[in-house]
Amino acid sequence: MTNEIERVLLTQDDIRRAMTRISHEILEQNRASSDLVLVGLQTRGVHIAKRLADSIERIEGFRPVVGTLDPRLWRDDPEVASGQPLLPSDIPEGVDGKPVVIVDDVLYTGRTIRAAMEALLDFGRASRIQLAVLVDRGHRELPIRPDFIGKNIPTARGERVQVRITEIDGDDAVVLGRED
Amino acid sequence: MTNPTTAVGNNPAIETANGISDEGLVAPRQHLLDLDDLSAGEINDLLDSAEGMLEIAGRDNRKTPALRGKTIITMFFENSTRTRVSFEQAGKILGADVINVTASASSVSKGESLLNTVKTLQAMQIDALVVRHPHSGASYFISNHTDASVVNAGDGTHAHPTQSLLDLFTVRNHIGDMTGKKIAIVGDVLYSRVARSNILAFQKMGAEVTVSCPNTLIPDEWNLGSTLGDETGFGGLKLARNVDEAVDSADVVMALRIQQERQDAGHLPSLREYSDRWGINAQRMALANDGALLMHPGPMNEGVEISSEVAHGAQSVVEEQVRNGVAVRMAVLYTLCAPGKSTRIGNSESTSGDEA
Amino acid sequence: MHLAARKLAITGGRVIDPAQGIDRVADVLISNGKIDEVTASSEWTMLDDYEVIDASGKIVSPGFVDLHTHLRDPGQEWKETIITGTRAAACGGFTTISAMPNTDPVQDSAAVVDDVVRRSAADGLVRVLPIGAISIGQKGKQLAPMGELADSGVIGFSDDGNPVADANLMRQALSYSVELGLPIINHAEDKKIGAGGVMSAGTVATRLGLAGVPAEAETAMVARDLHLADLTKARLHIPHISTVGSLVALRTAKDSGVDVTAEVTPHHLTLSDEWVYGLKGEVPAAVGSEAYDTNTKVNPPLRSRADVEAVIDALSEGLIDIIATDHAPHAATDKVCTYNEAAHGINVLETAFSSVFQLVDTGKISVVRLIESLTAGPAAILRKDLGSLKKGFSADVAIIDPGSKWIVNPEQLESKSVNSPLAGVELTGRVVTTIYQGETVFDLNASGVFSEAKQ
Repeated sequence: MTNEIERVLLTQDDIRRAMTRISHEILEQNRASSDLVLVGLQTRGVHIAKRLADSIERIEGFRPVVGTLDPRLWRDDPEVASGQPLLPSDIPEGVDGKPVVIVDDVLYTGRTIRAAMEALLDFGRASRIQLAVLVDRGHRELPIRPDFIGKNIPTARGERVQVRITEIDGDDAVVLGRED
Repeated sequence: MTNPTTAVGNNPAIETANGISDEGLVAPRQHLLDLDDLSAGEINDLLDSAEGMLEIAGRDNRKTPALRGKTIITMFFENSTRTRVSFEQAGKILGADVINVTASASSVSKGESLLNTVKTLQAMQIDALVVRHPHSGASYFISNHTDASVVNAGDGTHAHPTQSLLDLFTVRNHIGDMTGKKIAIVGDVLYSRVARSNILAFQKMGAEVTVSCPNTLIPDEWNLGSTLGDETGFGGLKLARNVDEAVDSADVVMALRIQQERQDAGHLPSLREYSDRWGINAQRMALANDGALLMHPGPMNEGVEISSEVAHGAQSVVEEQVRNGVAVRMAVLYTLCAPGKSTRIGNSESTSGDEA
Repeated sequence: MHLAARKLAITGGRVIDPAQGIDRVADVLISNGKIDEVTASSEWTMLDDYEVIDASGKIVSPGFVDLHTHLRDPGQEWKETIITGTRAAACGGFTTISAMPNTDPVQDSAAVVDDVVRRSAADGLVRVLPIGAISIGQKGKQLAPMGELADSGVIGFSDDGNPVADANLMRQALSYSVELGLPIINHAEDKKIGAGGVMSAGTVATRLGLAGVPAEAETAMVARDLHLADLTKARLHIPHISTVGSLVALRTAKDSGVDVTAEVTPHHLTLSDEWVYGLKGEVPAAVGSEAYDTNTKVNPPLRSRADVEAVIDALSEGLIDIIATDHAPHAATDKVCTYNEAAHGINVLETAFSSVFQLVDTGKISVVRLIESLTAGPAAILRKDLGSLKKGFSADVAIIDPGSKWIVNPEQLESKSVNSPLAGVELTGRVVTTIYQGETVFDLNASGVFSEAKQ
């Protein structure tokens, strides 16, 4: 990894603007439904979901419920799944009959999202499930399509897309790296 | 027990976010035989996972597909309903098929038969063997004769690593960082696999462990009133002169089951005298720190090593220990048996992955 | 060709014969199965008549004498037989071994002993001397017919494997043996103190969670036996002595004139209880799956490093008289199991010399004393014309290459069993040729054992 060359794709301002736009889109499509639930996928998706909730609260005056989900046990590619500790999932009051937006940082193969949708079933029958991601880098392996996208970033498979979040990484940025 | 370095190939920052240190490539662990070969980091990873597992185990619908298609066999050569059921439940919540084999050590009296039993099971393509056996080292022996992951559910008087993990988990949930905390273990140290594993485990987490028991129930080479040196393998362990000294200012008091056999073998004059001199009761708990936890690995002899009053009192976390047992064993089974773990090394580009 | 008439000259080797005080480069001349003489090469010219074995660079020793061998025959022939056991002996340089009586049936009657003697003479590659039981069935209740056994040629009495727990029976056995002039060889172990232990008590046992036998379980009974030997004025031979405490008691007894001798095994001289970790003596930070090495399970158990150092010193100074193998073959299934279930015993004959020769290489014992403890020492306890290259003695010779390195592979041993903790260990110094009654019974370079006479 020492030879890695990094290129910044989204700056802190880019990310802020994208989040604001996504917030508006979510509100439009859900008609400002007050029982909206944002479910962030561990770990960065959780923080992105919280920021979207903040943003929605600023825009619309109500704060959607934010839940957390670690769908690792539902994955079909467990070599990724078993690599690190499982994190708790928590969706206050469940999702029965409510519109849910799954929130994650990067959409790639789609396998995480498939797992997340299955894991979500344990929390009730959502009235609809949508997907919001900060970055869509392509290379889908399943028929999954995001409803809200911060930025489409076509990539090669050998490239690495890294989303940095202040809450975890100390700053906000989306960076493209390549190992050579 | 995890291999964090390549787990999420495109997103190394996650590792630090979760407090996982990057120590280079480590081969995935196949067995859990004791905690002595786990680093504090690995133990913390397991406990972190148990946190997530505890949430799942507490759901109304607690079935996950994580180990779907995996076969786990619990092989108990000693009776232990609570440990066996705990493993069984853990395996089932994770979606594995769990088969219970109970065999008395007498019907499998010779190692040849134990070997044959293991080889027979091995031929049925099992993924994990959870073994309880009255002989120390039995799970180590079995691990040399099977491709399955072996989990030591108690071997003789040697080790009981999942009990220690659940004890650590319980304590961590209450007092967080264990550095410098005082853990008092009172009971049969000589014959107790729980004592042995827990001494190593709590020391590994930075706690200061003191034991107290009759001089007949510690190894001959140990001396009451001393602190063990590193050459003993239990360096830093304090051997209290009496129970009050052990319990004094303790943050955790753990009473161990005392067996009737110890009296019969002459280790004790009587259980009554044991209760009088080493039993944990309200008076003795009062010597511990305010809010100290009272633990017992179960099953309890109430009135002998622990009084009913404190066993069911406010400081007792005995039931919590049992509840945590399932979550901890889920974390262990998942970490050892998750499909594909053997391909984890070097997978960074061949598999999908910047989705956390 | 009648081999007994063979004339053999072993030339140019360093001849070490402690019984005669010989340690010099010389030739050993053999004819008619007997030693003719040990002589300087310039002093004989009968070269044409002799078959010559060039032993230059090698050590030429009397054939080794073992006072403690378990041949398992009759009764457990799947572990070892007289045939395979004596082949193993020949490979190890032993030309005399002593068959312990814990067979099935036990060697507690003339009938059983006579059978062992007869079959050994017929099938054995080397000399087998029988040992009789102390008690009927080795049960420690009633004395075996010791007089009858003596008449059948036993060289001592032992219930080895079991101690004589009853102090009075031990007293009577010692007393009764006085008239016979034969030693009582009591496996010294107080089983009550041992309390079901499976290895030596101490740090290793504690870490492994294995029940430990304190050294005092041996020491206490050694002390008892020494007092009883003093009381009865009988001959006591202490087998496989292994503790510092036993040595203290032994020294006191010897100083006060008790008629006692003692043996130590190659494994108690070279392996400590740390070998139970399964890392060939290394101490691991964490117990690994190689631990609980059942091939280290033996009785008496492998002791602490302090005990090992003490028995080395005691052997070196002569407090311990001899080395005896306690060769105890066991079937694979007796060892492929948990440590508790594993049988006691180590397969020793073929590794014995090489393993103790390490002590010479590290300067802990002289090569002369080492060879004395394998030859003249045990022969003196037997009171037989063995263990020396004196004129007229049986031509029993072991030729040793002190620089030969080999890695122990139990599968390649002549013994029927493979229970050696030394598997994979490299040893230096090896018996390369063994001659018994003037016949070559083992020649490493001719790839193994042969005996034309027996075929």
